[in-house]
Formats: sequence, C-alpha cells, structure tokens
Amino acid sequence: MANRLWRPRTAPLEMQSHEAPQTDPAEQITIDVRELVKTYSGVNAVNGLTFTVRRGEIVGFLGPNGAGKSTTMRILTGFLPATSGHVSMCGIPVASRPDEVKRHIGYMPENNPLPEDMRVGEYLHYRGRLKEIGGRRLRERIEAVVERCDLKRVRHRMIGKLSKGFRQRVGIAEAILGEPDVLIMDEPTIGLDPHQIILIRDLISSLRGRMSVLISSHILPEIEMTCDRVIIINSGRIVASGTPPELRREYVGRTVYRLEANASAERIAQVLDGVAPELKVNAAEGPDAEGFTAFTIGTPAAEDVGEALLRRLSGAADVRVRMLGRERPTLEEVFLAATRRSWDLTMEKNGKPGMPR
Amino acid sequence: MRHLPTIFFHELRVLMLAPSTYIAAVLFLGVMGFIFAGILDSYNKEAQDLSPSFVFFSLFWLPVLFMVPLLTMKCLAEERRAGTLETLLTTPVSTAEVVLGKFAASYALYLFLWLLTIGFMFILDKYAQDARFLDPGPLIGGYVFVAVSGLLFVSVGVLASSLSRSQAVAGVLAFALLFAIIVGTRLVSDLTVLQQEGFTRFRDSLENVQVMSHLQDFTRGIIDTRQIVFYLSGTALALIFSILGVEGKVLRS
Repeated sequence: MANRLWRPRTAPLEMQSHEAPQTDPAEQITIDVRELVKTYSGVNAVNGLTFTVRRGEIVGFLGPNGAGKSTTMRILTGFLPATSGHVSMCGIPVASRPDEVKRHIGYMPENNPLPEDMRVGEYLHYRGRLKEIGGRRLRERIEAVVERCDLKRVRHRMIGKLSKGFRQRVGIAEAILGEPDVLIMDEPTIGLDPHQIILIRDLISSLRGRMSVLISSHILPEIEMTCDRVIIINSGRIVASGTPPELRREYVGRTVYRLEANASAERIAQVLDGVAPELKVNAAEGPDAEGFTAFTIGTPAAEDVGEALLRRLSGAADVRVRMLGRERPTLEEVFLAATRRSWDLTMEKNGKPGMPR
Repeated sequence: MRHLPTIFFHELRVLMLAPSTYIAAVLFLGVMGFIFAGILDSYNKEAQDLSPSFVFFSLFWLPVLFMVPLLTMKCLAEERRAGTLETLLTTPVSTAEVVLGKFAASYALYLFLWLLTIGFMFILDKYAQDARFLDPGPLIGGYVFVAVSGLLFVSVGVLASSLSRSQAVAGVLAFALLFAIIVGTRLVSDLTVLQQEGFTRFRDSLENVQVMSHLQDFTRGIIDTRQIVFYLSGTALALIFSILGVEGKVLRS
C-alpha cells in the first residue's frame, strides 16, 4: 500500500503535474485535521484545530511551550486518542483505523527516545521489521538511510555511546526508514549545536517533495529556512498560518530600511520627503569616525519602496550613501505579534485579562 | 500477531544483555544449589520418607519470589521511562503483541533457568548410582508444575511492570503480588475468623487456590485440570490487565 502511494523523487516539474486535475484529490492532502479537540482532565490542550498538509509539503508547527504541539502530533500518529474532531492521514481516519495509519507515518517524538544498548544497524533492522519491511528491501532501505543520514561511521557503535547529533540522525533515519508518506518530527533540532542544526536542516530539506513533513520547533529561523508553510498555534488554537512572507505582511506589516549616509537626520528627512506616505526617520546612530550616520527608516505600509529611496538619495549631490538595506522582520516578530493578537482576542472574549496557561 | 516473533526475539536479546538477568540467574542457581546440597546432606544422615526431588520442589517459591521480579520488572516500566514505548506503539504493532512478546520472552528465560537445575539431578544420578534417588514421577510432575505455575507468576510480574514507570516499584510490586498469591492465600486460610460456620464456602474456595497444595498434587502425579484452568485463566487475566495498563498509561501520558 505504502509502495503504491510512494512518489519517487523528481524535479519540481513533477509537483506541478501532481496538481493536475486527473490526480485523485484525496492523494494530494496527506494530513487532514478538522476541529480537533483534546481535553486533559478538564483543560483544553488542543482547542478546535483545523488544518491540512499537502503531499510533498514541509510544514512548520510553531507555538510557545504548552501550546499543544506535541499533543497534536501524538494524536496525528494515533498514539493518543482525540476528545473530538476528525483526523485522517492519506485519507485514512486515524481514530477508526490506527493500524493502517501507522503504516503511512514516520514519527520522531520529542527528545528522540532510543534504546541505549543496541547498535545503530541492529536498531534500524529491528525497527524495519516492526514497520513490516521485508528481508531484501529492508537491507536496501537500511543502506539508503545510513547513507542519507551519514551514519556509516557509527553503524556498529552502541546508540548509548553516540553524541547527540548522531542520536538525532539515528532518530531521523528510523523515521524515514519505512518511506512514509507523512513524516512527523517533534523538535528535531532541540539541544543541537549550530553545525548539527544545519546538517539536520539540510537533511529535512532533502526530503522536500518526497513526503509531507510536519516539524515542530521553537527555533524560528530554522523553521523559516526549511518550511514551505508555517502554522502558529497558541493555547491549542491556530493563530496564524501561511508562508513566512505572507505572515510577515499580515502580522508585522511595516517595512524598515537601514541607511548609512554622511548627512544629518534633518537633511535625510528632507531628501526623502514624499517618497512614501508616513515615511519617517525613526532612529539615528553616529556619526562614526568617517562621518557616516546609521539611520533606521520605517513606513507602516508593506510595499517595497527601496528603488524610490535610492533614486532620491542619488539625486541629492551632498548626501553620500554607504549602505541601504531592507530589514526583514524576523519570524520571531511575527510569532510574537500573532500570539499577542490571539491573547488580545481571548481577553476581549472573556472580558478579563486572558493570559496563556 | 505477525510482529510477535520480532518482539519476542528482541526482548530475549534485551534480557540477555541486562545485568538484572544475570543477577537473577546467579542467585537462582546458587540458592537452588545450596538447597539441593542441603537435601542431599540430610539424606546422607538418615533415611527419609520422601524422594529428594519432592523436597527440592517444595522450596520452589523461594527463588520464584526474587527471580520473577528481577526478570520482569524491566520489561514495560523501562520502556515507558525511556519513552521508547511511544516509538514502539506508533509502528504497526498492537499493544497485545508488545505485552505478549515481552511475556513470552520472560517466560522462556524463566523456563530456561529452571531447566538448568536438571543438571543437579544429572550429577546426583551420575555419582549416587542409585535409581531410587531419582524418582521420575515427582521429577516430571515437579517440572510440569513449574512450567504451568510459571505462566501465572511471570504474567503477574509483567502486570506489575505495566503499572509503573520505575523498575524498582515494579519489582517490589511484583514481589508483593507473588507473595500474596503463594504465601498470602495460606496465611488467610489459617485465620481463626474463617473457622466460623458462615465462611465455609470461602474457605473451600481458598483451599483450591493454594499454590503449595497444587505442587503436592503435581509431584504426586495428580494433574488436575481445575488447577491448570486456574493458572491459565489467571495468566490470561494478568495479561489482559497488563494490556489495559499499558493502554491506560498511553491515554494519560
């Protein structure tokens, strides 16, 4: 079954053909979550989540601690039952056919638990048997994931003796061993050093187009670099969802430029007057030893006015420009803005300060 | 049930690598060896009514009380503590397969350790050169009893392990449950309160679950189906509760 649904890796062209009308639409959506609710002893951990993930997409799942990320992921894997709502993976409902769903997913839980006293190769073999991969194909798959996750050197080492980076890669190798249609990873880069984070990120990026990937993380730049789409949740609700640029536009809106020039703030304001409505010089630092001052210029609109700015500045003969750059709001700002907005909404609804739990 | 062999052999391997298995094995063989030597010693001094194997098996409960908890305490508690239960149950494996596989592996090891004690009999046979010492009836009866009652004891150990996250708690709980089954039933039936008229039925049913009297029957060559049903149904019950224990913990974790 998994074989039939498995789509070999091809160029992005293939992805377009996948959107073509002749393909079964049920095959395109691999994760379908509708009105998902999970209550733990009266507390709503997940409160009406609805989202879908298409085949081949990498989706980042973002949220503060206790937002319900891990709970949602556990429900998706069929490990936890939901209180209400509907979840289906590759068109198979998780609640009524969990055993079938488990054949389509690869899951790496938080903290990546692994047995300490097994060798990497043995562990992969054991997991492959549990995932119902047969003899010859299992050997091929183990070779493939060992190669892909760069585990050749540690293949015969004990898992308990491996460094955290290697353990994490063993976890990912295990998750992709069965060529799942959906890969779910809970905080795959937690506790790794920047070098290892880049390795894991590249590894995840290399899965793009082959399987749907759902990753949760706190580390925002990383989500931004790997993911096609971001879902931000807070207190069990979706507060924002979209591609990183879309989210920036919606939640941060304003555009900020950084300019270094040898002129006073008044002169710069005079030169740039009227380029865009409400454009103003927010801050100035300097001048430094060479006489250049660093300005921060902002507009509340989302349009890029960089070209107009440059034209004005080069038109003024007495202003020498050393640098002009657009400051991109980080996903961090988006995240903060989106979660703040959701708290404000709950506050309005309850009529009292609704801080998150 | 196609994953049962995979889990069984994996568990057997885990047990073979665990230090607690070797502690259990050494303690078991050491204690049994001392008991056996003591029995031979007493037979040397004066003639006894019963055959040595009969006396040997009547002390079976002593190793059971410490060996079974040591063998089973790890099986589910450790997986839950390490979090590997979550990865295990998100593969196409059912909880029943996990519990049965672990039970089967522990039981196989339990039987294996008991089979090692056949060596004692072999040595006795070789050096005593006297067929009277090795009465095959009680010997076979004794081993059949160990095999049948072992099902219940090991499944109780697995049940204890399914209820806790800590190996130590699981071990102590298994010890307490086994003590209640083996010794507790006798202590309760000896209570003076139960000698009153109204408790006759209760006392009768208690008599039927006396592990010690089952052993006597088996070594005398009486294989009573009621007793076998008692052990088999007890095993099934303990395993069903273990499955519920694992799933219950899954729901609450």
